[in-house]
Amino acid sequence: MHTIFGIPAPLLFGQLLLGLINGGFYALLSLGLAVIFGMLNIINFAHGALFMTGAFAAWGLLNYLGLPYWYALILSPLLIGLFGLVLERLFIRRLYGLDHLYGLLLTFGLALIIEGLFRNAFGSSGMPYQIPRSLSGAVNLGFMFLPLYRGWVVVVALVVSLATWAVIEKTRLGATLRAATENAALVQAFGINVPRLVALTYAGGVALAAFAGVLAAPIYSVNPNMGSNLIITVFAVVVIGGMGSILGSIVSGFGLGVIEGLTKVFYPQASDTVIFVVMAIVLLARPAGLFGKTA
Amino acid sequence: MLEVRGLEAWYGESHILHGIDFEVREGEVVTLLGRNGAGKTTTLKAIMGLVPRRSGSIRFKGEEIIHLRPDEIARRGIAFCPEERGIFASLNVMENLLLPPVIAPGGLDLPTLFSLFPNLEERRTSPGTKLSGGEQQMLAIARILRTGARLLLLDEPTEGLAPVIVQQIGRTIAEIKKRGFTVLLVEQNFRFAATLADRHYVIEHGRVVDMIPNAELEQNMSKLHDYLGV
Repeated sequence: MHTIFGIPAPLLFGQLLLGLINGGFYALLSLGLAVIFGMLNIINFAHGALFMTGAFAAWGLLNYLGLPYWYALILSPLLIGLFGLVLERLFIRRLYGLDHLYGLLLTFGLALIIEGLFRNAFGSSGMPYQIPRSLSGAVNLGFMFLPLYRGWVVVVALVVSLATWAVIEKTRLGATLRAATENAALVQAFGINVPRLVALTYAGGVALAAFAGVLAAPIYSVNPNMGSNLIITVFAVVVIGGMGSILGSIVSGFGLGVIEGLTKVFYPQASDTVIFVVMAIVLLARPAGLFGKTA
Repeated sequence: MLEVRGLEAWYGESHILHGIDFEVREGEVVTLLGRNGAGKTTTLKAIMGLVPRRSGSIRFKGEEIIHLRPDEIARRGIAFCPEERGIFASLNVMENLLLPPVIAPGGLDLPTLFSLFPNLEERRTSPGTKLSGGEQQMLAIARILRTGARLLLLDEPTEGLAPVIVQQIGRTIAEIKKRGFTVLLVEQNFRFAATLADRHYVIEHGRVVDMIPNAELEQNMSKLHDYLGV
């Protein structure tokens, strides 16, 4: 069998693909966290729970309304984004200007409540969600078999990440968001309804999490803990990329996914900790993160 | 155009403005003079809705605006250029310039702005805060001339700038006035203010204590020196 560095090639590429998939989820989730942190100065601990809610929304749309995957990919982010809007208006907006700790406590509490409600209603064993028929099967790339759905997840996560980056860095709306991140009061004094912008930013970040949840539904089983398993790693990714940095989220999301995947090949014992080791090293060398601005 | 009556403002526990009264008529350039900490900047911020607590009356074109949010006040046609200039570091010059939304017709278009401030056109893709202090001030003024707002609140536009830049800012304000904009100017430098303004209000300890028409500035010089402590 063909080997690379003494490792069978299919194993290496398989883990690399898995790394890219996980990286795609890291990127989408940390992107939402970065956007929310930049605008609201809130560390959104409910992000994992909202990711899970997005996956459940896809499951519910299919099982109660018969709406397949492709509808869920649009509808779930819209519904959960709307839910995020309600959360922001009812709860989160009361915390602006307070210490970070309050936002952390509130969103952590929200996460526990949301996950608890789902565990109560659906149990914690998880429900299967079928891969859409048009994306089932695999293609032979010569050096490995690529399951179509997994390839799709990598591509779509990358496209959505880059599109989000482009909106924020290259458009009028993005310029307004960046300006409001720096000095919200002045932006509002220019005639922009900043409270509305902030609420929509939160909804947008939440919608990204829900979108990632729908993407994840056919890969992992849909279960109430799927978000909390992921979110700790995502926070490490955010810290490594630089709190609030958009490009940092994308690069470190995919990069760390790959590093994690490769660690599984070369030194499997460390695969659960490697991201945190990287985080420690980055924090020692660059406390603001790889792409963070040193204040 | 702007009528301020009994304006009081607080930052937390500290009571900064104790009943400010003045008015600005359409097409005028009016300055607020006073020592550091007298309440000039707070007056501008209170008009713009940027202080946490205020009371009294602010009427703009006859409409009471004291209860409005800053963005609603801006949409009525008032634009604010803060003392610290408020140029955004993460935006380039062009993005900074285009940031404030156009709220009414009648603003200056980009070619006109670039003819007034040629430096800005050369540096359109530079990050906003990479400009010199003078260029940043010009950007901060150009930015609010685009929007169609007719009342401009300028907070110490000459602060910390070289004399040749101060002259350029002065010419710009004169040009703005010629084009029919109304300007409320906060200045420490009353010699600069005297070359532009129609009237001067003197603020002391959060109250307007005097109004001096620019034509009578010479006769009131000794009084003004007392007020300003210069």
